[in-house]
Amino acid sequence: MNGSQAFKSLDDLVAMVDSGSMLAIPKDESGPAMAATRALIRRNVRDLHLLCAPVCGMHADLLIGAGCVKTVECGAVVISEIGVGPRFSEAVRNGTIELRDSTCPAIHAGLQAGEKGQPFTVLRGLIGSDLLKIRNDWRVIDNPFGSGGDPVVLLPAINPDVFIFHAAYGDRFGNVWIAGRRDLAYVAHASKRTLVTVEEIWDGNLLHDEHMAAGSLSSVYVTAIAHVPHGGWPMSLQHRYPEDFAHIKEYARLAHTADGFADYLSRFVVNECRADND
Amino acid sequence: MTKDELIICLIARLIVGSGTVAVGSSSPVQAAAALLAEAMSNGKTRALVFRNNIDDPFPESGSELYDRIGQGRIDVFFLSGGQIDGRANLNMVGVGDYPRNRVRFPGSHGTPFIYNMVPRIILYREEHSRRVLVPRVDFISAPGVTPPGVYRRGGPSDLITGMAHFTFDRTQACFTLASVHPGHTPEEVIGNTGFDFAMPDRPPETAAPPAEWLEQLHGPVRDRVAQTYPQFAATRLGGR
Repeated sequence: MNGSQAFKSLDDLVAMVDSGSMLAIPKDESGPAMAATRALIRRNVRDLHLLCAPVCGMHADLLIGAGCVKTVECGAVVISEIGVGPRFSEAVRNGTIELRDSTCPAIHAGLQAGEKGQPFTVLRGLIGSDLLKIRNDWRVIDNPFGSGGDPVVLLPAINPDVFIFHAAYGDRFGNVWIAGRRDLAYVAHASKRTLVTVEEIWDGNLLHDEHMAAGSLSSVYVTAIAHVPHGGWPMSLQHRYPEDFAHIKEYARLAHTADGFADYLSRFVVNECRADND
Repeated sequence: MTKDELIICLIARLIVGSGTVAVGSSSPVQAAAALLAEAMSNGKTRALVFRNNIDDPFPESGSELYDRIGQGRIDVFFLSGGQIDGRANLNMVGVGDYPRNRVRFPGSHGTPFIYNMVPRIILYREEHSRRVLVPRVDFISAPGVTPPGVYRRGGPSDLITGMAHFTFDRTQACFTLASVHPGHTPEEVIGNTGFDFAMPDRPPETAAPPAEWLEQLHGPVRDRVAQTYPQFAATRLGGR
């Protein structure tokens, strides 16, 4: 995004997520774009490679349950304080998703390699884990800088096709305030497109404000913004509102069965009551 | 004294004085133990408790904790598992054959990295049953021991459950029953543990903490626990 331009509508924003793409989504505390998740489901996007960066909750479970996802790459899919994502768990049992089980530092490291344009990165640990048996894209080599006999794990860089998250402020110049969450910054750096829904429009240029600039993501990394007040509900948005735990609990209860999940989708996704966004 | 308080004091006494202790999310017992150890350590222990709010010690989020661990600057961490076996292997992926596990757990989180990279790991799992403590895990998220030559700063040292305390010998890859919590018997521990372990002729009862530790737990530590886990502090840490 360059210069002063209009914000997109939520539907126009999610229209930029193509079926079959690798979609990165942030962890619960970093601002899941929940309204956009529901809009993606209504758009009937399919065959996503969902990259949880690195552990995700209800937003991942919703996309999996709604049949939008072909592949899940994650450190975990867990609804905080409740347990494993019920639709994720069911999809595993039924074999309807491909699994690329990972571990949080491997996802962070892969994305950080991706932002630098490196082909791969290296991580210690992991050796002895069965993850190495199921991740045939990971390699163990002898540390070339050691004196021999020091196995280390190589991981390919991760460059998502699209990253989507919710933040407190965006401005008309395409900058977004991410409250200094560096995970959001490096996933955006690594991703081919970054789409952001924002709680409020910042009047002025975020990068010109001495307090806001340090916690902001420059428009260089932002493809498009939609103004979606309360776009994080029912998850929390840091500094703004807490999660709606009663609703999340109700989701987890309903999503325990296919019928309950269909009921949830019908009430809160398909027939979601929406205010017009600008 | 409740069982939670007994376990918190037991863990705190194991780790007191041992540098920087980090506690992951959704871990109120471990957080209370780390904060109690900090309070009793005379400045030798620092507790970093994940808060998932604006008071989090790692506000930049993302890879900060892992970077810190990678450099060897976290001395103690707590882990657990959906299944734990007698070689201290941890399974956080699922029961049955991968990938179509009949029971799926959330996932390995950071465990495959943390287990090899933090010098001392305390395993805590409240449920003590044959469902959890199995002869052999169905999936090794992270291994209890690694072959010689594989870089590892330490590994598991203890396993605490709602029934007992075990120590782990990393050279033998074997647990030893260290003590049994009041209200339970060694026979009960054997009956509810799916793996073999060593034990002394007469395993002792888990010692009650000194009064001073409980006072700290019921006072300033309880308030600090409440900053992260208000419900837990209000309902499961007594003393008021």
